[in-house]
Amino acid sequence: MTSRIDLILTLADDELILGWRNSEWTGIAPFLEEDVAFSSIAQNEIGHARALYELAARELGTDADALAFDRPLDEYRSAPLVELRRLEWARTIARHWLYETADAIRLEALQAADDPELAGIAAKMGREEVYHRIHAEMWIDRLLASQEGRPRLDEALAELWPYALGVLDEDLRPELVRRVEAKLERVMPAVEPIGRDQHEAELAELLEEMTMVRRSAPAGAQW
Amino acid sequence: MLGPTAGGAALARDSVSLAHEDVWRALAEIPDPEIPVISIVDLGVVKEIRVEGERVEIDFTPTFMGCPALETMRVQMESAVRALGAEPDVRVVLDGSWSTDRISPEGREKLRAAGFAPPALRSAGTPTLIQLERGAFQCPWCGSPDTRLDNVFGPTPCRSLRYCHACRQPFEQFKTI
Repeated sequence: MTSRIDLILTLADDELILGWRNSEWTGIAPFLEEDVAFSSIAQNEIGHARALYELAARELGTDADALAFDRPLDEYRSAPLVELRRLEWARTIARHWLYETADAIRLEALQAADDPELAGIAAKMGREEVYHRIHAEMWIDRLLASQEGRPRLDEALAELWPYALGVLDEDLRPELVRRVEAKLERVMPAVEPIGRDQHEAELAELLEEMTMVRRSAPAGAQW
Repeated sequence: MLGPTAGGAALARDSVSLAHEDVWRALAEIPDPEIPVISIVDLGVVKEIRVEGERVEIDFTPTFMGCPALETMRVQMESAVRALGAEPDVRVVLDGSWSTDRISPEGREKLRAAGFAPPALRSAGTPTLIQLERGAFQCPWCGSPDTRLDNVFGPTPCRSLRYCHACRQPFEQFKTI
């Protein structure tokens, strides 16, 4: 497998798994606006995943659904950050903001790289994700300004920081540190990143649930 | 095929007579599946049409990548081309070529008349929270700029929710992308 396919699947898996996690808020978010927001963000992310899987599928001679649903767990390239099941608001917001910040850095690098097809998709994804970042930053500002919110956000950020660093390749990590520190106006601790060489235990449950319909109707379900 | 009686010569003549404009006109009849007041041509998703004999190639540049209406648009374009007697080949172009700036002036006016505030032009810069929270967005009902952002997200990924203080109406604002 080429490093290009590997890169496309890495991006696709992150977007698919986080899209799934974000969709877990549909119907149960703290209030209606966030129900709508997380559902829309999930829809965008799964749309990005689909486009990327289609691109990879064309070169691998398969189809997007097979790449999304039929691979064994150890072939997923998702970062542990997106695999965590965190149905707790401060952690959800911390993960959302850290991921969107890291993803922006990665997409900017892709747009500058010498691969017009990937640069085009990255540009298109980037325009949608501007709104994810606006949403996430609005929440960070709100929690930082609140007496109850700030310590809860700080605790969540401390827990998730090694995971956030693990989303990016080593060369892009300093830029994530710079952006996070600029927003929080404090220095982040130097920690060992939790990267793609391992999966969270929660991924197995997620894949079990996500692939249930497909496994029950191997010939393809029709609605 | 053009029909049971179409021989080679007739086929060639008919194919030549199928002009770009015929295809554009047929596609302009297709309403957007989610906002049917505007057509997919007004929406700017048809990037290019190439007519080669009885084949029509359409470069289709989707709006939001996760939009569930994309598949419907594609199927409707294919049947519109078949209704003209040609074979469609709809190619999805996944680069950055679609933006809300591709919505035609007529399309923007139709959106506004239906109660959707048209998107700000991209020349105003990449959207920021500060920009969205400013009252620069006009209410599609009364035209007042005294509006506030209620939610960055709305009923579909392409829309935000705003509220007009002047006429006290909520409205949907097309996002700029």
